Amino acid sequence: MASVNFKNIVKKYNDNLILDNVNLEIKDHEFVVVVGPSGCGKTTLLRLLAGLEEITSGDIEIDNIKVNDLPPSKREIAMVFQDYALYPHMTVRENMSFALKLKRFPKEEIEKRVKEAATILQLEKLLNRMPRQLSGGQRQRVAIGRAIVRKPKVFLFDEPLSNLDAKLREEMRIEIAKLYQNLNSTIVYVTHDQVEAMTLAGRIVVMNKGIVQQNGTPLDVYRKPQNAFVAGFIGSPTMNFLKGKIKFEGDFFYFENNDAKIFLPMFSFPEAEKYSGKEVILGIRPDDIVLDSAKIDHAHKLSAVVEVIELLGHRENIYLKMGEQRILAVGEAFGDLSPNAKAEFSLNYKNIHIFDAITEKRINP
Amino acid sequence: MKKETVKQILLHIGLICAALICVYPLSRIFTVSIRPGDRIISTDLALIPDQATFLSYIKLLKETYFLRWLYNSLVITAATSFIGVSLASTAAYAFSRFEFFGKRSAMIVLLATQMIPAGMLILPLFLMIMKLNLMNTYLGMIIAYSVSSLPFSIWILKGYYDTIPKSLEEAAMVDGTGHIGAFWKVILPLSTPALSIAFLFNFTAAWNEYLVARVVLFSSKQYTWTLGLFELQGQFITQWGMFAAGSMLVTVPVLLVFLYSSKWLVSGLTLGSVKG
Repeated sequence: MASVNFKNIVKKYNDNLILDNVNLEIKDHEFVVVVGPSGCGKTTLLRLLAGLEEITSGDIEIDNIKVNDLPPSKREIAMVFQDYALYPHMTVRENMSFALKLKRFPKEEIEKRVKEAATILQLEKLLNRMPRQLSGGQRQRVAIGRAIVRKPKVFLFDEPLSNLDAKLREEMRIEIAKLYQNLNSTIVYVTHDQVEAMTLAGRIVVMNKGIVQQNGTPLDVYRKPQNAFVAGFIGSPTMNFLKGKIKFEGDFFYFENNDAKIFLPMFSFPEAEKYSGKEVILGIRPDDIVLDSAKIDHAHKLSAVVEVIELLGHRENIYLKMGEQRILAVGEAFGDLSPNAKAEFSLNYKNIHIFDAITEKRINP
Repeated sequence: MKKETVKQILLHIGLICAALICVYPLSRIFTVSIRPGDRIISTDLALIPDQATFLSYIKLLKETYFLRWLYNSLVITAATSFIGVSLASTAAYAFSRFEFFGKRSAMIVLLATQMIPAGMLILPLFLMIMKLNLMNTYLGMIIAYSVSSLPFSIWILKGYYDTIPKSLEEAAMVDGTGHIGAFWKVILPLSTPALSIAFLFNFTAAWNEYLVARVVLFSSKQYTWTLGLFELQGQFITQWGMFAAGSMLVTVPVLLVFLYSSKWLVSGLTLGSVKG
């Protein structure tokens, strides 16, 4: 296994800047998920690491060895592609042993490794089938098997679950998590699905517009998003954002706009004084909107009208309208609220996120 | 009757008519080839005529250089097909996968060459082959045939390569091959349907060619079968029996090549390689 180091990576296609000075250190045995919307440069980053694209400037190191000029075959990496990329003219066994045959491994060793991988991935009975005879999930497992047999320094996964249906995706997600526990290898995993990122990652790297927006543990990224983009991208359902100004009134600071006046206790925004009178963005996750009347801060409660309620089974999404502002709250299923009813709520002050309106950077702890 | 059944019946009537149109001339030639010498120009429509005989075949094989012509044709055609497909397969790969200066123009030029009538190329080909000192040689013929069928083969193969997902080569490269290895071990085996079509096209084009052969070859022993059979046509008399027998025999190699390659002509080999 090995560490991976991206140093000042820039990638341009003609004049289009795809990656803008990316610096990223991935430690040995780490499971890093690179997540971001389409076109953010995450797949390009992975392809640069694999050697399938050339770097415009910067260095990539695997195990502290610069690999910029090494072809993919010499980088000792294995990659699982988004579309599986199984060789259609080869059986599952041949697909899995292809790389080992190229490296002229002895037959017994090849057979041993293929068997091991097949056992881990429950592919024993499929070894003599052709890829076209397999289901989507089985193909994905073969693609992973093809990577495992090589015992590479680094595993690269390029949106491996995006072509599977929801149920299968969940199953494969668990498989991959188990696999990581067994192999304990360095994994770089690219996805646009933040649920995958949150559940699989040891560390999440959130990217947008070719720039690393935040790099931290899943909990860090969820609880303390460093900017409004990360806050909006990570978490499902998405965070509510309100634009307004910080106002000082009667010993307290408030967030105020045309639709609402929200109390801000000192611990949630110690630097409020510095921003007094300035534009900010307030972010609050749907889970942090308190609707339970027993838990509401009655002194600073807010009121809104219920617009729509979406029942999701165990809970419901409640869309509230506060003036012109729409706010999404999450409540227990079959709660007391109904459409067009008046709802009173307050915010969980511990989990308020405040961002500078211009830079969109986090300004509260 | 069900709509589907009617459709099937109509379809089969159409197919049978088409098959008859194709087979009828061939059946006439076969009949002529086994007629006795005195009944060559008969209006009898029987497929197997009275007193059918293989005399025309025997005479053709014994009294002419027919086997030699067949051999010449086979050598030239096989070499042309092999060289043509080899060059086209690599050129098409470059056109399909790499970006380089003049790529688009080159593709258009290749296509444009197909629009020039073969007759117009006779003189330049003659001059080139003469200056290369390759008149009346296999090599002269092979060069002339290979270059003329190359553009079509490149277009066919490029179109096919474009449908093969790039991730397959990338997977091969990550697995340990270079570009050439990925092409050889992954792309080529997957391209057998297109390679077969290109091979078949090259084969039939070279096998049936007359005009260029007429210009390049001048000694009777070097003739291809197209020139050879033409020799049977005299100023006052044409040996129709032998002509027909020759025509029947020369269809055999093409038929064999077609039958052999037809099993590769099925598409869908890439099914299951990628998502879906």
